[in-house]
Amino acid sequence: MSITYLEAIREAQARALAEDPRVFIYGQDVGDFGGAFKATKNLSKEFPGRVIDAPISEDAIIGAAIGAALEGMRPIIEMQFADFSTVGFNQIVNQAATHFWRTRVPCPITVRLPSGGTAGSGPFHSQSMEAIYATYPGLIVMTPATVEDVYSMLLEAVAIDDPVIFCEHKYLYYHLKAEKLPTEALPVGKARIARPGRDLTIVAYSAMVHEALACAEELVSEGTEVEVVDLRSIKPLDTDTVLASVARTGRLLAVGEAWPWGGVTAEVVARVASEGFGLLDAPPKRFNSKETPIPFHPNLWGTHRPTANSIAAAVRELLRY
Amino acid sequence: MAQGAVQTIKENGQEAVRDKYLRAYRWMLLARIAEEKYANLYRGGKIFGGVFISKGQEALSAAVGVSLRKGDVFAPLIRDQAGRFAFGESVLDATRTYLGSSLGPMRGRDGNVHRGNPGEGYLAMISHLGAMISVVNGALMAKRFKGITDAVGATCLGDGGTSTGAFHEAMNLAAVEKLPLVMVVANNQYAYSTPNSRQFACRDLVDRAAGYGVAGHSVDGTDLEKCLRVVGNAVDRARRGGGPQLIVATLLRLCGHGEHDDAGYVDPGLKASKIGLDCMNIAEECILKNQWATAEELAAWRTSALLQIDEAVAITQREPAPDPSKEDWCALASRHLIDTYLTE
Repeated sequence: MSITYLEAIREAQARALAEDPRVFIYGQDVGDFGGAFKATKNLSKEFPGRVIDAPISEDAIIGAAIGAALEGMRPIIEMQFADFSTVGFNQIVNQAATHFWRTRVPCPITVRLPSGGTAGSGPFHSQSMEAIYATYPGLIVMTPATVEDVYSMLLEAVAIDDPVIFCEHKYLYYHLKAEKLPTEALPVGKARIARPGRDLTIVAYSAMVHEALACAEELVSEGTEVEVVDLRSIKPLDTDTVLASVARTGRLLAVGEAWPWGGVTAEVVARVASEGFGLLDAPPKRFNSKETPIPFHPNLWGTHRPTANSIAAAVRELLRY
Repeated sequence: MAQGAVQTIKENGQEAVRDKYLRAYRWMLLARIAEEKYANLYRGGKIFGGVFISKGQEALSAAVGVSLRKGDVFAPLIRDQAGRFAFGESVLDATRTYLGSSLGPMRGRDGNVHRGNPGEGYLAMISHLGAMISVVNGALMAKRFKGITDAVGATCLGDGGTSTGAFHEAMNLAAVEKLPLVMVVANNQYAYSTPNSRQFACRDLVDRAAGYGVAGHSVDGTDLEKCLRVVGNAVDRARRGGGPQLIVATLLRLCGHGEHDDAGYVDPGLKASKIGLDCMNIAEECILKNQWATAEELAAWRTSALLQIDEAVAITQREPAPDPSKEDWCALASRHLIDTYLTE
């Protein structure tokens, strides 16, 4: 038996609905249709009245989730694509993120954002929004890279008292498989060494973990051993694990699929530069997508985002320093 | 005031009508006096930020507050001091928030009208107009999940707020879900300085009700008796399963947007018209004409309200201001995540 990343999302939601009567799912086409990606397949039948179709109203969907959470519910919201969360942005960053700090009443909503690029998806169905949300105090931002993490972290997101932005990567939905669902997991806020190595640390998250791992594999033939750190959540961000890795390798390349300006990779570089300056044998670097909207055509898209090949080129350059 | 504007009220259950009217009037009076005090404190430099008063809108707001009951949800906006008091907010909580006391419900973290007690169904507004409507929707959905079928949710907005996407999305969602939402729009003719002619082009905002498939009600917002009747009926209809109710009240804001604003843009013709009447005067005349209270009793109520406000201000002024060294500077409820959450 094997289970995909997407099926793990569905299974986590099924378990949350089964175990916690406070949980309900709200979003566009999530009901009998089962969601645009089928992440809620059959859930409306298994849990009648608790998996509800919403009108195309991202602001009102998030607002309603907030109101329900304040009344003691644990809503899971599916934004059909992360890109459309911009229309619900106000409710997320001004209402949900500020609520506990202002009133002492927590706002436990989980907002699932089908994130990141896939071939042919273009500028409005491919975005990586994690850094924008991470800048707002009060939000937790999860970026699971594995089948095991997407399952355990989604359950943890529902259990957490704070609003959680859950960035699940669409590129991993069908590609990524595991033998079985996990029975234990690292807590949120803990990064993971996805591959040990001695020469250089790549810090990545979400789909880029897999590009980094493929890059590391490619570089073995050149005698280079790359260590890959999977951040798992970008807020909280496990700086200690990153610094410990850089202490071993002396070199940092932070890789993200999002745009470079002021993002997660910039944050990782800033932390390593300020807290681990003495550990570095070379300038800490970042590697991101190109700074344009995300192109539609696969030829352009394949170059716009970091890939194993382009990351390897960046690694080679950093090793030459 | 206009000749014959106040009719003697004679209907069945007159005592209940009188009691509700007087209760609402006393919340209006307390709100008017409290806000006059806050405005004075602001002018004296004792209040940071701003003061936003309800002058001219107290009757409508009080009518909303007294039509609700414990277990309902209320998301007031900036000109709802009377409704807030009627829904259960204490004078001390309001005063503490305006003066920034560390003992107030917002503890100096937020101020003036941005306050509430969400655990009691009294939601704390954010500044973005229309944003609270869908939150009330969600609270009502939660109550339905929990099997509570006799609660309603009310929220207030101005004419300007109806131009937002949030208003449209939330009204439509409430209609789709058939929620017991009471949406109260105070059409006070100006959104800050912008007149209705630059805000919307429909004949009357209440016409929008049909577009959403919800019930629409118009009311003269200067007249407490009419506000109580129309708002009360709408709340009852929502409570009985009649779905969302849109109320549009016509009135005039008799003050600036905030106390920093002299409202020099308000058309003198509107001020002189019927909608420019002060709801407090209309209510007092109605009370006297119906002999529900004497002029002496009205004066005694005013004195009592003044004392209440003065006492709250005196208490609050002795209370500690927020201390930055005692603030934990963390917005997270999940205390176990703080170590890795904060950026050094």
